[in-house]
Parts: sequence; C-alpha cells; structure tokens
Amino acid sequence: MLNYVIKRLIYMIPTLFGMSLIAFMIIQLPPGDYVTSMLATMADSGQNVDPEQLEALRRSYGFDDPIWLQYWKWITGILFRGDFGYSFEWNRPVADLIWERMGSTLALSLASLLFVWAVSLPIGIYSAMRRHSVGDYGFTLLGFIGLAIPNFIMALTLMYFSYRYFGQSVGGLFSPEYVEAPWSWGKFVDLLAHLWIPIIVIGTNGTAALIRILRANLTDELSKPYVITAKAKGLPEYRAVVKYPVRIALNPFVSAIGWVLPELISGVTITAIVLNLPTAGPLLLRALISQDMYLAGSFILLMGVLTLVGMLISDILLALLDPRIRFN
Amino acid sequence: MQMQAVKTERNQQGQAGDVVLKVENLSLDFRLRTEILHAVRDVNFELRRGQTLCLVGESGSGKSVTARALLRILDRNGSIASGSILLAGKNGDIDIAPLTERSPELLKIRGGRIGLIFQEPMSSLSPVHTIGSQIIEALLLHRRMNKQQARAETIELLRQVEIPNPDKMIDRYTFEFSGGMRQRAMIAMALAADPEILIADEPTTALDVTTQAEILDLIKRLQVSRGMAMLLITHDMGVVAEVADAVAVMHYGRIVEAGSTDEIFHNPKHAYTKRLLGSTVKLEQNPRASTRATALPADRKPVLSVRNLNKIYGASTSWVGGNDFAVKAVDDISLDLYPGENLGIVGESGSGKTTLGRLILRTVEPTSGQVTYFGQGEPVDVTGLSKRQLKNFHRDVRLVFQDPFASLNPRMTVKEVIGDPLIVSGKVRGAALEKRVGELLELVGLDPMVMERYPHAFSGGQRQRIGIARALALDPKIIIADEATAALDVSIRAQILDLLLDIQKRLDLSFIFISHDISVVRYFCDRVAVLHRGKLVEMGSAEQICTDPQQPYTKSLISAVPHPDPRHKRMMHRTRFTA
Repeated sequence: MLNYVIKRLIYMIPTLFGMSLIAFMIIQLPPGDYVTSMLATMADSGQNVDPEQLEALRRSYGFDDPIWLQYWKWITGILFRGDFGYSFEWNRPVADLIWERMGSTLALSLASLLFVWAVSLPIGIYSAMRRHSVGDYGFTLLGFIGLAIPNFIMALTLMYFSYRYFGQSVGGLFSPEYVEAPWSWGKFVDLLAHLWIPIIVIGTNGTAALIRILRANLTDELSKPYVITAKAKGLPEYRAVVKYPVRIALNPFVSAIGWVLPELISGVTITAIVLNLPTAGPLLLRALISQDMYLAGSFILLMGVLTLVGMLISDILLALLDPRIRFN
Repeated sequence: MQMQAVKTERNQQGQAGDVVLKVENLSLDFRLRTEILHAVRDVNFELRRGQTLCLVGESGSGKSVTARALLRILDRNGSIASGSILLAGKNGDIDIAPLTERSPELLKIRGGRIGLIFQEPMSSLSPVHTIGSQIIEALLLHRRMNKQQARAETIELLRQVEIPNPDKMIDRYTFEFSGGMRQRAMIAMALAADPEILIADEPTTALDVTTQAEILDLIKRLQVSRGMAMLLITHDMGVVAEVADAVAVMHYGRIVEAGSTDEIFHNPKHAYTKRLLGSTVKLEQNPRASTRATALPADRKPVLSVRNLNKIYGASTSWVGGNDFAVKAVDDISLDLYPGENLGIVGESGSGKTTLGRLILRTVEPTSGQVTYFGQGEPVDVTGLSKRQLKNFHRDVRLVFQDPFASLNPRMTVKEVIGDPLIVSGKVRGAALEKRVGELLELVGLDPMVMERYPHAFSGGQRQRIGIARALALDPKIIIADEATAALDVSIRAQILDLLLDIQKRLDLSFIFISHDISVVRYFCDRVAVLHRGKLVEMGSAEQICTDPQQPYTKSLISAVPHPDPRHKRMMHRTRFTA
C-alpha cells in the first residue's frame, strides 16, 4: 500500500511538469498581453497613454523576453521560492490572492458535498429497494427537475424567495454588517442563513446524479447471491441491504471525491458570480479575461495539482473501502 | 467410530426419521409483465431428521424456487399462492407460509432453524467482508454469545468444515479462497446456528469433481453427526445416487414422481424419470469405442501436432521489481490430433485446459513450443504465422463456446450470426448465403425457417446448435469445443453430443473436446489427455482412462465422479490424490 502511494506520487512529477507547460502555453495563446488589455480598458475610459511608458511597463513585466524564459522565471519562482508571481491587476502576490479565497471556497464545497451525500444516500437506497413505487417515481421526478434546471436560474429563484419571504440580504456569504466584522456567534448564524442557498444550488445537480448512480448500482447488487445469503442468515431486510450491497454500491460516492477538489475552483463559477460569493471561480474568470497571466496560470496549475491529489485520495479511500482493490 | 458418536447425539435430539418439515400442496406464482407464471403447483414432500431428500429436475423445473420458498426468500414478484410449510416445533407446528416478511418468527427460522447453501460459491459471500465477520454475524443473530465467544466458535466451525489454519483464515476475504474453500465457509455459516434443516441448492455444481466429492462427503458427515434433515437440490443424477435417501423428481413445477432412491433408480414409473435416467446412463458408455479402435490404421498422419507447448503467465518483470508469481499455465505439452478423431482434454479448473485450446488457436500467444497444422498442401507452423495467415488457419480450425447465452449477439438474427463468418471470409453473399445458412441449420437439426429470428427466441440447447452451425459455416477441419455442453441440462447434453457425432460422420472433422466432465468425454472422445496443473499427466483411449487409469491423479479424478447407481456408490471409497 505504501509502495503504491509512493509510486503514484513519483508518477505525478512528470504529469505536473507537463501540466505546467500546457497551462503556461494556453495563457500565452491569445494575442496581446496584460498591457494590451490594460491599454484597451484605458482607451475605453478616454485616457491617453504614452507609448513609451507602455514599452517601459512591458520591459519591467518581462513580456519582451522569449516565452521559454518567461516560463523558466515563473516555474523556478514556484519551485524554489514558493513565489507564484505577481498579479498585475490586483498589484498583489498571486499566492495571497488565491489563499484569501481558498477558505470560503473550501467551506462551501465541503458543505455542499456533505449535503449531496446526506440527501442522495438515503434516497438512493430507498429508490433501489422500492423500485417502481410511488416514492421512487416522486424522487426520480424531483431528481430530474434538479438536473434540468440551470444552476443560475435556481440561484436567482432562491435569492428572490429568500429576499421576498425571509427578508434576507441578497447574495454573498454574509449580511453587509458582518462582512468585515470579527467572528462571533451572530456572524456564524448569519453565515448559516446565507449558506443554504449556494449549498442547495451547487448540490442539487450532484444529488440528482448520485441518486441515479446509486439506484442503478444498488439495483444490480440487490439481486446478487450474497444478499440472499445475508437474508437466509436471518438478517432483517434493511440491515442486510445496508451492510452488504450498499457497501459495495458506495464506490461511486468515494470516486466523487476525486472530482470535487478541482471543482473547488472552476466548477461553480456561474453560481458564484450570480450569488456574489467570494470564491475562487470568479477570480479565475477575471484573471483570464484581463490576461493577468501569473494569476491565471497559477490557478490552472493549482487545479491540475488538486485533480491529481483528488484522484489519489479517492483511489486510496477506494482501496480502504474495498479489499478487492487493495489486494490486486 | 464416527457412527457410534452419531447415534448417541441423535437420541438426545429425537428419533431419526421424525418428520421435521412438511410441505403440503405448495403452489408458487410469479407475476410477469403480461401474465402470471405458475412456477410450482401442488408440491408435497416431507423432510425427515437425519435423512436427505433430493429434489431433482432440469433447469426451469421450479426446484430452486421451491427451496427458497421454504425460507420465504422469493423475488419481489413471487408469492405463495396456496399451501402450507409446516415446521415441527416443541409446541406444535409452525406454518411458514402465512408469516409476514418482517416477522421476528420468520427471521428466527431463517438461519436459526433452516440453513441454506447454494450454488455460486464465487458470489454467495460478500467480497468486501472477511469470511469470519460473515459467520460471526450469523452466530450473534441466533445464539446468545458475545463477540469473543462468537469468534472462537467461528474458528471451531471453520475447523469442522476442514479449512486449514482456521484461526488465520477467519480474517481472510472470499477472493483469497478457492471455490471449494468458499463453499466450505458457506457451509460453516449455514451450520452456525445449528439448524435442524439444511437446504443445499446445487451446492457442488460449480465445483470440480474431486472438490465436489469432498464437499458432498463433508456435508454428509456433518448432516449425520448433527442429525439434520437435508433438502438437496440438484440436476445431477450421479450426485443423487451418491447421497440421497429419498428422491422427488420435478418437471414443469410439479413433482412427477417421488420415492426411495433405490425405487427411483431401479424401478422408475414416470416417463420423465425414465428419460432423465436414460440420458444420464447413456453417457456412461462410449458409442464409438467398439467400432473405432480397430478401424484406425496404425500409420496415420496427424492433422494437428503440438510440440513442447509452454505458456507462462506473469513472468515479465517491470521496472518496479521482479515478479515472483510466474504461473506455468501450460507446461511442456505435446500431443497429436488425427483426422476424424475426437481428442478429449480433461482437467479441473486451473489445469490449463482452456489455455491449451487458446494456444492452439493462437488467440493467446504461447511462450514457447510449436503447433503444426497439416491441412491441404504444406504443413503450417501456426506459431510462426502472421496475422493475415492466421486468418486462413482460423478458417480451418474453429471454436464452439461454453455459454450458449453469451456467445450469440442478441441483436443479430440467426442468419446474421451463422452467415457472419461467411461474409467475413468474403466467400458467399446474397441468395447463396441464405441457401448455405439454411443447409447449416438443417445440418444441426433446426428448421431453416428460423433464420430470421433472434437468439432470445431459442432455448439453451437450440442456441448451442446455432453456435455449432456457425462453427461449421466455413467447412472447418478441426473444431475446438471448450466446455461446449457444460451449461446444458443432461438430456440436452446427450442430444448435442449425438449431433456432433452425427455431423462428424458426414463431414471430415476432428474435435478437440475440452471438458471437466468425465462422463461427457467418455461418451464423446476416442482418446483423452488428462491435464493437472498445466502438465499432461496421462493420455490414452477414453475407455482405458475411465476404467483403468494408470497415474494416481487420474485415479483420484475418475474415482471422484459420481456414479448414477445407488447400489454402486463410487465416491465413498474413492482414492485421494495429494500433491
């Protein structure tokens, strides 16, 4: 097991190297650079810019260097100094910007993941055990509605209702009076009052999908002989099902962890913009639009790392859960 | 010595022969999409303490659902339409039939008073829980024990079912057990709560003959020492003859005949029983033995010869260290196949017989060795053929598969299935193709009119005929049949073998017949090669191998085959082989 983990970690190195190259190249692909997009913005607002000043700016940012040299500066900075570069637009180190957003992003993602599991697990088991019953059809209908409604529409709808009927402030994770306030009980309650909308919006899709997956997997497992063995042993139906087939049908739940981590950053961008959430998604979008290359590049690299780590974690968890994987 | 111990125990529990379970007029219905299927009609039987009742029938006869109804483990669409299942108790009988699914009485009976073991030893235990935890669970459910006691009792149970190192094996997972070991663990679990009745639903069907003999031995011994009543469900008349005290024959959901084992075997009344016995006994002799042995000239040339063939799995090393698990699947095998001959390859699972068949076809690449095919013209070295040349070779050497359900594409009509090799080879198309498919269907005993239908419309035996017709489409010289009759009922099995023999008379064909079933090989083959752990142990005429085996392994294999005659039980004094 330890050997396996070490092997996986070693395999990650060349993958990461390739990803950093690709990330950097994609950022360089669109014509122009940050100075060009800044020029466009300033021209839009009617300011005149001195071409010489722009040249000086370009030189100081190093945009005139060949691409490989720019890449070399960037990657060595990350590797040897932990320096992800400097955001032109925010005039701050990239690392600071990213970490600032990570806390809320992480909290939101974990909360919605728990929501997805808490809702889909019991419903999935019920649907599989009582297939083609009224309850099953009801949940299936709800699930498909959840899948079919675009996230931003659901976000807008829920915002409207929470404002109309609960009188809540719209958007964000806190009411205005708490945003800058230090942590207190009141702030926590306020957070919970705001958190449910993004959790439901972000979670509905995943819930519906997992219910379907669990229902299908469990239906296959329920007819397996070992379930009959468990029943013949004298276990009540519910205990027999939860202990044996559900355990095996759980694998997709664990696999889901693998893609949750990269979703932290990119997955819920539209929802985050609509709900004005201080998560990483909108920041990444803004960085890509303004060609803020070190910020965008670091985000993409980070997503790559998170994907790899997420896959590793889910593989390890799968091995812990299922001895067949562990022993092969 | 054992018998005496048994007697005292029986006396404590009650008289042998007491009725412990009585089934009266049991009928089972299954709701299907459009109709109600009456799977079982008016079935009556009794289980007696210390005795074994065998429920015999072919697939679809309703024997398995009858057994499961006793525990009320039917699929959701099945229900008991009428009748009663009376379980004898201290305070009068309990009728299992009207109990509700969740009632505590029923849960106490399941596992507590009636134990169940069934066919698939590979999938009847959970793969993600240890063997021990699954047995301990049964103990905790039915006996007043704490966890330590249950664990100690489980080790004791595993010892009773003769699993070596029970204190270590208790923490192993099912996939670390062989099929026979899993079935032993399953038996230990069924016996955990010391039930009065054991239901064994095809407990040895998926096992090798020697393992089957051991498991049947074990069940019999445990049954006698515990004074249990047993309901054994099987399709194998040989097994019935070896272990049954009484027999009930089921056919289309009804018990057509019931009686003592001796009566059923030596004085069958019902036509179906006679037919069932007939097709079993028929396989006991070789129809070709007398005619063939003399007819073959001594200096004939082989049509296929295999020299020093080896296949080693897992020998390659990767950069993360060597691999110690190299398995010699086929170990230095040499044999010849002569024109018009049926060569049987016999062995238990893992003996390398299937791999050998694939190596000859080169669907698996041999590690070393040579396969030479003597067709028209020059001899062909199969091991050196290019992909394109291999195609020609595959035209002459064809394969018939084991599973008639999985080997036919359900979305192709019979015509497309049989015509496929013809189209691929580019030989025939259009009206000529239709004519050829019609001929082939007639050759395998099917009506040419069926060629527009899809495989699901056919029974297992008919599907196997379609598979054979497909193999014959390109006028092959050699057919490799890998367990071609293993999935079929015994009466159908005999029909298919007769069909193959009949086709062989008309066409110039040689068969390599791979099987674990000695009786089938004996019926069908001229010569037999016995494989054990990749090695060729013994080779000789079918008659000699079956009646006068020379090697100790062959002796143990042959003596483990159940003999369909209760007056000559073979397994009880079989020879054992240890290696």
